[in-house]
Amino acid sequence: MSTITLDSKIPSGPIEERWESHKFNMKLVNPANKRKFTVLVVGTGLAGAAAAATLAELGYHVKCFTFHDSPRRAHSIAAQGGINAAKNYKNDGDSVHRLFYDTVKGGDFRARESNVHRLAEVSVNIIDQCVAQGVPFAREYGGLLDNRSFGGSQVSRTFYARGQTGQQLLLGAYQALMQQVSLGRVELHTKTELLDVVTKDGVAAGIVTRDLVTGDIRSWAGHATLLCTGGYGNAFYLSTNAMNSNVTAAWRAHKKGALFANPCYTQIHPTCIPASDEFQSKLTLMSESLRNDGRIWVPKKFDDNRAPEDIPEDDRDYFLERKYPSFGNLAPRDIASRNAKQVVDEGRGVGPIKNGVYLDFAESISRLGENVVFERYGNLFDMYERITDENPMKMPMRIYPASHYTMGGLWVDYNLMTNIPGLYALGEANFSDHGANRLGASALMQGLADGYFVAPNTIGDYLAGLLGQAPLSTEDPAFTTSVAAVQDDMRRWIAVGGTKSPEYYHRELGKIVWDYCGMARDKNGLEKALTEIPALREEFENNVRVLGDPDGVNQSLEKVGRVADFFELGELMCRDALMREESCGGHFRVEHQTEEGEAKRDDENFSFVGAWEWEGKGANPTLHKEPLVFETVKPVERSYK
Amino acid sequence: MNLTLKVWRQNGPTDPGHFETYEATDVKDEMSFLEMLDLVNENLIDSGHEPITFDSDCREGICGTCGLMINGQAHGPQKGTATCQLHMRKFHDGETVTIEPWRAAAFPVLKDLMVDRSAFDAIIESGGFITSDTGGPRDANEILIPKVAADSAMDAAACIGCGACVAACPNGAAQLFTSAKLAHLNLLPQGQAERWKRTEDMVETMEMFFGSCTNYGECQEACPKEIPIDFIAMMNRDFLKSKVKNRKLQGQR
Repeated sequence: MSTITLDSKIPSGPIEERWESHKFNMKLVNPANKRKFTVLVVGTGLAGAAAAATLAELGYHVKCFTFHDSPRRAHSIAAQGGINAAKNYKNDGDSVHRLFYDTVKGGDFRARESNVHRLAEVSVNIIDQCVAQGVPFAREYGGLLDNRSFGGSQVSRTFYARGQTGQQLLLGAYQALMQQVSLGRVELHTKTELLDVVTKDGVAAGIVTRDLVTGDIRSWAGHATLLCTGGYGNAFYLSTNAMNSNVTAAWRAHKKGALFANPCYTQIHPTCIPASDEFQSKLTLMSESLRNDGRIWVPKKFDDNRAPEDIPEDDRDYFLERKYPSFGNLAPRDIASRNAKQVVDEGRGVGPIKNGVYLDFAESISRLGENVVFERYGNLFDMYERITDENPMKMPMRIYPASHYTMGGLWVDYNLMTNIPGLYALGEANFSDHGANRLGASALMQGLADGYFVAPNTIGDYLAGLLGQAPLSTEDPAFTTSVAAVQDDMRRWIAVGGTKSPEYYHRELGKIVWDYCGMARDKNGLEKALTEIPALREEFENNVRVLGDPDGVNQSLEKVGRVADFFELGELMCRDALMREESCGGHFRVEHQTEEGEAKRDDENFSFVGAWEWEGKGANPTLHKEPLVFETVKPVERSYK
Repeated sequence: MNLTLKVWRQNGPTDPGHFETYEATDVKDEMSFLEMLDLVNENLIDSGHEPITFDSDCREGICGTCGLMINGQAHGPQKGTATCQLHMRKFHDGETVTIEPWRAAAFPVLKDLMVDRSAFDAIIESGGFITSDTGGPRDANEILIPKVAADSAMDAAACIGCGACVAACPNGAAQLFTSAKLAHLNLLPQGQAERWKRTEDMVETMEMFFGSCTNYGECQEACPKEIPIDFIAMMNRDFLKSKVKNRKLQGQR
């Protein structure tokens, strides 16, 4: 047990003034001194690309790393629906305070109020910044920006670029980054994967990477390191995350002492295309915006095998509209997902293997006309048809929940710094803003807020104290021992010479994590998972087969290390879920529900952030608690009825 | 269904490379093309052979990471579809399928079916942006953008940078990729200040890496986002103008 004390460094004063006064109170680095500092940015999604570009614009010397072949491939690109901002362009009662309130409530009162308020404040700057960069948001005929509503909110505050909002925002950040590369202020390293975080005397010193083309293992030193490496949804194997999305950067930081907070807070997105067979490599998301115009239903009867068009209105159960009259089909993600699981578990699922619910556009098509509906969702309908061979203009879509986003992540303070000085975590990689459940269109907002507006401001406060100090030499034993350990790892995996592929073990692990730590969890299941995962991990370590060479391109070798990290993380997710004897947001413990089957929080005992400390392989991690204080929003039962 | 695959194997950039033949058995209609390759790879690993290296990531047709020549067609037979969204129902039992990497001088093969597309990043780096440092720009709604302009810019901005246009082009030209980015930025009011310099820089960088356009139009047929060659016409016009315009009179770069 170490002596870590969690200091969230939340500024004092009225909540709406905290960020402004904090910015004033922080130390600054003068423009001529900024170029003396080297900042390592790992990951080039919204958070990473935005941070790298902005830090370079400010004058810092930035080294930026991505395992992709280009920064533009980061998985932020796949976000479809939109980005929230409290612009109140629609005059429908929106405000910074309302976005703040909605996000705290949507997170089921498990997020830090101060962080969320700052997020709502800077949301308006993000839209201005993106438009200035040329992000082609949807417009009305008069030339003004268009907005739409999104799950979990009753105002229209979501900005969008067709069904490709994430793509356009990422391209904006990518282009800003490439401009800085052209100016020589950012040194970009593509196809370079982080394999270790290096610390010296408890302070972040840099990273160790593998060149995915040559296999070269190298050290990089910096005054500060920013991990912008996304979430860990692929712990479930099947998820909407990209094939290569992984937890390795965050996990290796965790093993070097960074606390991992709330790992059991995972989001299951309600509108994905159901799996069709066991070879499925990933699940495809259908934007939640579809719920604006689609109605979700299943047959009232069990095992109803009629085609959807043959089921009369009276035999249909529009279960979200029935149970949540005021939010209806726009109920938040966790609630929509759990209700879909419930009706499918009851035996009222639809589709060839009865594993989905209908999302029906017939009513909207008759109200708005085919053209309007197709203009709004055409590209999503095309995508659906390519995958399923069914046309949603003619028959209802089939959808089912899938792992999509992870609210948990590295513990960070108000400055986005982990408990390791000099090591920051931005975007989905940190835990701070979404509590136990994230609202739709808020991930893009948080990634860009952290990258454009938060970290570039807070990092100066840390760096100012390092003026005159050179980064640690990469010849230092801290680096050389890490490089040797990483090289050993590579040889060790190849030397195992077992019989099954890393992919096989990932799939088997995913089944355990999904079954026991998915949409509904209970004590027995979690305890079972905590014996099954270590047993499977042992088999994996002794029987995995990695062919080929450590030098040069070797995709199995890339994969095996990521799977090893998912094993350890999967165990921590179950441990965290077992510890949290309450239900909140995406964490639903079957033992803790209201009479109507809703999540039942226990504010008296569990209103805290659960941050875990790595104690070594095979040892039980230590739990640290950061109490959550609600001064502005009173925690109430989260009702969307 | 069962298929015979002829797959390009190349162990590194300097290896001459060759075709290997594999049998893909028990392939299901609803599998994606890449899931079919995953299955082949699992079997290769089981039998002690190194799996086929190929790139993919989002498998939703948006990240642009994947890209294979399938029977000589970039991204295969289905129009407007990236390799990852191509499903096996488009093939039939007993078919022989030839799988190759993108073939273009500007995209050297790294291993098997994986190529290096960093020349695309070089084009963007040379001018594919609107200078606007993070800070306090004016309110987003102060810039009025007619819906038609925003829609056309979005049509162009939909490019995923996969490289199919280059792979499909007999000349290995990157006109469609370059013109799509130019159209996205040059159509918007925010993009006007740098319009001519951007066009000049990006076209000239493109020509350093890629072949020349002779209007085959194969690129728009192969494009998974169905980006039209109209944008190439716009680029050519802007490039010509960039050479004759007195930019100082207009205060533009």
